[in-house]
Amino acid sequence: MDNNMNITSANYTVGFNNIGNGSIKATINGVVWSVPLDPANRHYQAILEWVAEGNTIQEAD
Amino acid sequence: MALSKIKSSSIADTAIHGRRNLIINGAMQVSQRHGTSVYSQVNSGFNLDRFKGNSYDGGAATGKFTVQQSSTVPNDFSHSLLVTSLAATADNANNIFNIEQLIEGYNTAHLNYGSSSAKTITLSFYVRSSLTGTFGGALKNNDRNRAYPFSYTINSADTFERKEITIAGDTSGTWVGSTNGMGLWVSFGLGVGSTRSGTAGAWGGGDMFSSTGATSVVGTSGATWYITGVQLEVGEQATPFEHRSYGEELALCERYFQKHFGTTDASYYTAYAGLKWSLNTLFISFPLRQIMRAEPSASILNKDGSAKSNVVGNAAGNNNNDNFTAGNMTLQIGHDGVAMFTIGLDYNPDINYAYNAFIDNSTRIDFDAEL
Repeated sequence: MDNNMNITSANYTVGFNNIGNGSIKATINGVVWSVPLDPANRHYQAILEWVAEGNTIQEAD
Repeated sequence: MALSKIKSSSIADTAIHGRRNLIINGAMQVSQRHGTSVYSQVNSGFNLDRFKGNSYDGGAATGKFTVQQSSTVPNDFSHSLLVTSLAATADNANNIFNIEQLIEGYNTAHLNYGSSSAKTITLSFYVRSSLTGTFGGALKNNDRNRAYPFSYTINSADTFERKEITIAGDTSGTWVGSTNGMGLWVSFGLGVGSTRSGTAGAWGGGDMFSSTGATSVVGTSGATWYITGVQLEVGEQATPFEHRSYGEELALCERYFQKHFGTTDASYYTAYAGLKWSLNTLFISFPLRQIMRAEPSASILNKDGSAKSNVVGNAAGNNNNDNFTAGNMTLQIGHDGVAMFTIGLDYNPDINYAYNAFIDNSTRIDFDAEL
């Protein structure tokens, strides 16, 4: 899409008490961002579009 | 004074009242991200507060133009937004080079767009360029299928001129209404291809960023384009620019972006109470200066904005008075004015104890909840 951001990596972080996923750590336009899983967050929206294009969010370490 | 002495025209809807401008930072005073430094525009990157640019030639393009907060201004202003073209970028049907501001739905719901009671609005601004001719822009909705391209003429090179564009409300289409979504998209074209340009002066379908035939600023290497005093208001008449205080304007901007520093004094750190989050991880609660539009993203940087490689501080404090080094710091959630960060440790904290986490004075934290 024309106004997409350049996402080069994305991985989940560990959720509270080691349960589930926390936020996503992603490199976007060359900057590392912590991105909460909020559908209204523009970075999260961009990551979902990036995933829809065939990319994958890596699991938490 | 008797009430009968108050002129009704002074309180009528047609009079000039405060809080008219739907644009935030229209006077280009606030530049949290880049200060007065030259910013090389990337696609969908923010330059001055609330303003961002697209640099797209079929794919994300870099090195096409820069943006800088400038002190070259018309009367009554202190700052403008300066665009400088870095190359003679060829016209391409898919090009999108522009400056834009996306206005939140809560601030545009009263325009009643998409209904028979849609209100007429007027866009005004001061613009200056090394080029002359017809330039363009567009307004559109969140679904990007309703757009109003507009055009304006710059008559004299290197001279600020005030432009006023009155736009009938759009009675069609789907608009987000009173939500934190994108209520109205305001684009100023700097070089937009034919597929994203439309006929000026009417609402229509399509995803437009400018008007057909507009001058391309990025088409001329070294060309400059300045803008300030951007105002969008209800009504058929452009009123004088509404100068809000710097503090008000900054607070409005901080609903969308906040830049936090550790202390500026090299002798001090800021401390936050931390509790166990998970194995080898603490969490801290970090106060935000404004409740933000959505949960923000966060980036940990050096004060100059460069990437910060790893450690942002250290943490200490349990019954053994251990000290241990903090690693990566990650935002987990951020709403209601509080952000929650986790901090990786080389130690597994005890759930029964509170810890002090220190953020050193070389750290900058950016919070982004932009549209």
